[in-house]
Amino acid sequence: MDSLPQHHELALLSGDEAVAMAAIDAGVILGTGYPGTPSTEILETFEKLGGRAQWSPNEKVALEVAIGVAFAGARALVTMKHVGLNVAADPLFTVAYTRLDGALIVVSADDPGMASSQNEQDNRRYALAAGVPMLEPSDSQEAYEFTLRAIEISERWQLPVLLRMTTRVCHSKTIVRRGTITIPPPHTPHFEHDFPSRVMIPAYARPAHRRLRKRLAEMAEWNDAEGPNQLIAGSSSVGIISSGVAFQYVREAAPEASVLKLGMTYPLPIEQMRNFAASVDLCYVIEEGDPYLVEAVRTAGIAVEGKPEMYRFGELNTARVRRILEDDLLPEPKPVPGKPPALCPGCPHRSVYTALKNLNCIVPGDIGCYSLGVLPPFEAMDTLVCMGAGIGVGLGMRHSLPPEEARRVVSVIGDSTFVHSGITGLVEMVYNPPESGHLVLILDNGTTAMTGMQEHPGTGRTLAHARTGKVVFEDLARAIGIHNVHVIDPTLNPARFQELIQTCLNTPELSVVIARRDCLLATRSIREYERCNDEPAN
Amino acid sequence: MSQPTNVVIAGLGGQGVLKASDILADVAFSAGLDVKKSELHGMSQRGGSVSSDVRFGERVFSPMSPEGEADFLVVLSTDQVPVNAAALSQGGTLIEASQIDESALSNKKSINVALLGVLSSHLPFNAELWAEALRRNLPEKLHEANLQAFSIGRNQ
Repeated sequence: MDSLPQHHELALLSGDEAVAMAAIDAGVILGTGYPGTPSTEILETFEKLGGRAQWSPNEKVALEVAIGVAFAGARALVTMKHVGLNVAADPLFTVAYTRLDGALIVVSADDPGMASSQNEQDNRRYALAAGVPMLEPSDSQEAYEFTLRAIEISERWQLPVLLRMTTRVCHSKTIVRRGTITIPPPHTPHFEHDFPSRVMIPAYARPAHRRLRKRLAEMAEWNDAEGPNQLIAGSSSVGIISSGVAFQYVREAAPEASVLKLGMTYPLPIEQMRNFAASVDLCYVIEEGDPYLVEAVRTAGIAVEGKPEMYRFGELNTARVRRILEDDLLPEPKPVPGKPPALCPGCPHRSVYTALKNLNCIVPGDIGCYSLGVLPPFEAMDTLVCMGAGIGVGLGMRHSLPPEEARRVVSVIGDSTFVHSGITGLVEMVYNPPESGHLVLILDNGTTAMTGMQEHPGTGRTLAHARTGKVVFEDLARAIGIHNVHVIDPTLNPARFQELIQTCLNTPELSVVIARRDCLLATRSIREYERCNDEPAN
Repeated sequence: MSQPTNVVIAGLGGQGVLKASDILADVAFSAGLDVKKSELHGMSQRGGSVSSDVRFGERVFSPMSPEGEADFLVVLSTDQVPVNAAALSQGGTLIEASQIDESALSNKKSINVALLGVLSSHLPFNAELWAEALRRNLPEKLHEANLQAFSIGRNQ
């Protein structure tokens, strides 16, 4: 078992590391997830600390596996970035109707300001929409404590709990004192048949929905009476309701203000908020992202000041909170643009984009390092929507463009993204082939490079890099009925690679080209993992 | 309550910005202060701009140093000075790579630690705390080169 750097009982940890430490202390028996900034380090740390952690092909599967753990009476943690919860939303909405025997903690790591994401959706809306209780830590200490509290809440009400974090909570390091909270020990895993609670056919789901709403009403009362919220007494003229990392900016920007800091933001402690607002002359709601809290508070008939619309975009910080409190609507100072990231020198994606640019291709792309192909000098990727979209979008273009343009469309997708959401796109291509054919180009660099070199089912190694079953893309493509399948290293002979692309574009058949070359940054580690896996076990 | 000390460390991906901020945060933590450190991962390995804030003192709230309130701005790559200049307070101290004679470093990659050495001469932490934090945060084979780089910076 590894350990985190600490002195005495204190440790300086990121929020992600603190969640992992709490999961260890709570006896979580399985952590699942799909890598995504800023959530990735939770499972990596959990594994380093001796926990059992697994990367799933995508967030939906990760959540389903975790649901199975909780149905079996044990404690499960599932981690993902905010957009990952879109993928996992299907099981989330219905597991909320069921009755869990164990605990199910769903971490959503949101990215306001989009440091490394395609949108800045505010996943607090998911708690409301799915009817799932939600806790929001504001630093690493709370990330630790709220993980434990979330497990306790999950088991008490037999519901999943959303632990909603944001980039600055996940990746900032703050001091954590371990062992501040103790919760009951985990149950021994065991399964009892309980059809009406777990089989969501309409006849059972109708009463289950009513049961959920009843539980949420009880939880709202509990949150009002003894939830993890904090009242900081201060001036009676200005009060601020806040949650998450915004609370830290509030304390710095307005040290004299009274503050009601919400730890559990669904279901909300409405009466506490009502009393708080009544106790001050002017009550603000300061929150990052969407007007989630302020809308709920106003709906309850409580008069509060929100933030002007301009502060909905991007992250908050101390300076922005000061401006909100001063009702400053002047344009904000623009940051000096930094140097944008670029594909590494020698990156195998470079040869691919050079060829696509030379051939004047139309390139529906996808999410990963190779998204950087949109920037100069390549400017060779035309669309990016979500994980896996490049294949479907490419097919739609092929179906609708005039033939001479349709023949230039190439869908580009990375290896990890292909496993995540590309396989169904390939099936669509076989089932509904465009007249002009199509070409899917899988950029297989042997790792999930963008998020920091995580394994995936195509590498044949587990999260902890041990050998396991391997999904072979060329075999998969052939098995689902694609005849024209090529594997090529795009860096060995760029001219030959370009010829192959041209040949595929010239035929009306369906083609898959796997451009296979390990990521330069991962090559040495991959070699080391393989060497360890080849050594006979002692 | 006294205001925290704010340090912003900036540079390009791969230069050791995050390692430097880890070491600084560890030193302040070891000295018994409240510490927060902020950074953004994700695109950092792709050679783009990277910065990390370290704040320490009696009590720290925001993990990011508010704009124009950094007491020290440590920049590992000269072209990143204009990008981060707004972070620095009036009267704040700019510490940049040109202040170090690179040829004196036994490993040129230790420029991040050499600049921490320069920073250390402005901060109230003793040399032993720094040396311990360097050893904790770096693999053993890099200890000697980095202790040397640190001392070059500290003794300028």
